[in-house]
Amino acid sequence: MPTAEKTLDEILTLAAAHFKVPREKLSPDDDFFKTLGIDSLQALDLLTKLENHFRVELPDYELQGVSDFRTLASKIQVRL
Amino acid sequence: MSTQQALNRKGETMSWEFRDGLIELVLHRTPCNEIGSRSLSDLELFCRTLEPPTQPVHALIVYSELKCGFCAGADLRELYEGSQSMEAEDAAKGVRDFLERIHRVLNLIDAAPMTTIAAVHGVTFGGGLELALACDLIIADKTARFAFPELRLGLIPGFGGIPRLKRDVGNSVVRDLLLTGRSFNTTKAQQIGLVSQVVAEGEALRAARSTAAQLAKFDHQTAVTAKRFIKPIPQEELKQEIEIFCELFSRPAVQAGLKKFVESKDAQPYLP
Repeated sequence: MPTAEKTLDEILTLAAAHFKVPREKLSPDDDFFKTLGIDSLQALDLLTKLENHFRVELPDYELQGVSDFRTLASKIQVRL
Repeated sequence: MSTQQALNRKGETMSWEFRDGLIELVLHRTPCNEIGSRSLSDLELFCRTLEPPTQPVHALIVYSELKCGFCAGADLRELYEGSQSMEAEDAAKGVRDFLERIHRVLNLIDAAPMTTIAAVHGVTFGGGLELALACDLIIADKTARFAFPELRLGLIPGFGGIPRLKRDVGNSVVRDLLLTGRSFNTTKAQQIGLVSQVVAEGEALRAARSTAAQLAKFDHQTAVTAKRFIKPIPQEELKQEIEIFCELFSRPAVQAGLKKFVESKDAQPYLP
């Protein structure tokens, strides 16, 4: 099972690629809505990408109040 | 111009084209094919071409040309603003009228004398999922995401979603989706039997056309007869759903939920 740090790193890389943002512009504690300039529909798009990549199912209500990559990674980590 | 070509139309919210025994209905109302009064009028016009088709048609494909997805559901802004602009009794009557009309068109699509395929991608929520469920087959690309989020607004799906979902998947799945209002991806959708094929991003329409080409090989009347035999229309439950929706709509919690959604400047209105 990958470590939490590896999961976080993969999320940052996937988000950067998906939304065509330089990887170095993303940090674990960034508000991904603001940093990526996305809305909730695009956030669901990212969620789909992450579920497919990590082969997990993450109910979207677990994202309530989640807006940073680090917390998002912890939600995925517990389902690996 | 052939008879079928004469039936082609480019509408405000959707367009359709007949070609070689195949109809393609493409949704294109920005931002994400929300179903409001204009979409309903276009669907009613489209459905007149199905009653009955002037030439044998072996398949109908419904898809969206918008990047965001197949359809984000009912036009909640129109619903809210409409209900706020009139007396409660008139608003309730307007909602019932809308539901009865949308049920008529979705019932026509459901029972259409041809195989119907929803080729979906991205957001396929609420009324969008209900439109897909009216079709015989759902082919989804990997970006598709499905949900019945109506409970978040104090409502239930009102376009026939519950009876049609019950027809296709187990009751425990229906309870999960309806009661949590959560969205789920194509892996889950295929696991529960909602989706018949999952394809790479951007490939749903191609796969639907390939499937339609296969359908064209078979005797049309046999296919129509088989469909009628294996796909009952849950008439009584569909009527019950309208009654329940109308009863729930009158509650203050619904107006509060709609107001919150419509006026939200939050980045997260589509998240639960």
